Amino acid sequence: MSKHTIEMTINGRRHTADVESRVSLSDFLREDAGYTGVHIGCDHGVCGACTVMVNGEAVRGCLMLAVQADGARVTTVEGLAAPDGTLHPVQAALRDEHGLQCGFCTPGIVMTMAALSAREKRPTEEQLLNALSGHLCRCTGYQGIRRAARKLASPEPAESTGGDSV
Amino acid sequence: MKPAPFDYVAPATIDEACAVLAEAHGGAAVLAGGQTLMPLLNLRMSQPFILVDIGKIAELKGISRANGGTHVGPMTRQCDAIESKILAQDLPVLVQAIRHVGHHQTRNRGTVGGSITLGEPAAELPATAVALKATIEVRSIRGTRQIPAAEFYIGPYMNVLEEDELVTGIRFPEWSSGHITVFHELAQRPGDFALVGIVGALAVDSGRVARAGLAWFGMGPTPMRATAAEQMLLGQPLHEIDPQAVAESAIADTAPFDDQQASAEYRRTVGMRIFARTLREALRTREVA
Ligand code: FES
Ligand code: FES
Repeated sequence: MSKHTIEMTINGRRHTADVESRVSLSDFLREDAGYTGVHIGCDHGVCGACTVMVNGEAVRGCLMLAVQADGARVTTVEGLAAPDGTLHPVQAALRDEHGLQCGFCTPGIVMTMAALSAREKRPTEEQLLNALSGHLCRCTGYQGIRRAARKLASPEPAESTGGDSV
Repeated sequence: MKPAPFDYVAPATIDEACAVLAEAHGGAAVLAGGQTLMPLLNLRMSQPFILVDIGKIAELKGISRANGGTHVGPMTRQCDAIESKILAQDLPVLVQAIRHVGHHQTRNRGTVGGSITLGEPAAELPATAVALKATIEVRSIRGTRQIPAAEFYIGPYMNVLEEDELVTGIRFPEWSSGHITVFHELAQRPGDFALVGIVGALAVDSGRVARAGLAWFGMGPTPMRATAAEQMLLGQPLHEIDPQAVAESAIADTAPFDDQQASAEYRRTVGMRIFARTLREALRTREVA
């Protein structure tokens, strides 16, 4: 039905498009703008795979309409690594700690941790794990993801080193 | 799945939004943060002709003190409410409840008013509004109404709003400083809807309960106000309260159901324990303080 002309900045690039009102931000980013790093798992807010940053905050792309992002600054996983390919610290931590297997859930997890790291500079482990509860991963059993989160977190004084507490 | 087609408007004022709602004759849905509505649209459980996005209406945002109470604009995002200094002081239990709503990512868009208006029976905020005796302020082209939260919900996702009415504010009465807060939620995973939850506040005057507000979530088709327990507590000296007895009377005001998560019996049994323990702990914190 109704179409709207919208304009947003995606990964630093200006995008203008005509979209149907019912198109979600995640579909828009994938299909219109070509950022297929935005993964869609459930399309109703449960899995977190579609998480992107809107004006620096982690949000579910499938629970937002593209028209609502008119004028916004959007970042997808494609916008994180440096131009020379150097990984963002969150990406590096996930790679180093084996925080992914098939990688389907990974872009969402990366965006959540990157948004928190940008906001808090050194988020605590608790903050990171809390935010990660908004993501489902079918492969890893979460241990690698938790290790990556630990690595990114500010060092905590009484950190346990027990094997199964990772 | 993808939503059925709809028109989209984003009015800039409450009056404009009300005009659109009036013209739509029930075919409109109000979009606040969208964290509950968008799934319903995507699953085609809701198929409005027109979506009225109230996210651009500045007067619907923000938290302020007025007439001895606290006013929360319905479009106040949950993440902003958590950071609010006013709420931290006036209504700490509301902040505690909001921390349990959904996930970090959904709280970045989800609003206080959206959750309260939709009235998912297992959600934290509708029950908090009932427990704290909030008033829902509503406007339409026909005028304004003030609806006590306890009279707002009539079933799961059903409320007394007319199709042309818009929630324009949630007003919480003052709970004296140093009131006792009660909150506990049992859920399978963080971010899930509650299996059982209890929320409330007790105002204390010279060692006695001066005012009590308590409500259950996940324990019936709507938030369930624990009226009998409130009455039992009223006027009681704090040290004479028997949490177990209060819990037993509170459970009388529930109508739990069986679903894939838990049986009604389980909810009742666990609910009673949680209620007694939470109240006991709340009273104990008070003694220490
Ligand atoms: S695709 Fe958005 S949360 Fe699953
Ligand atoms: S790595 Fe496969 S879903 Fe997480």
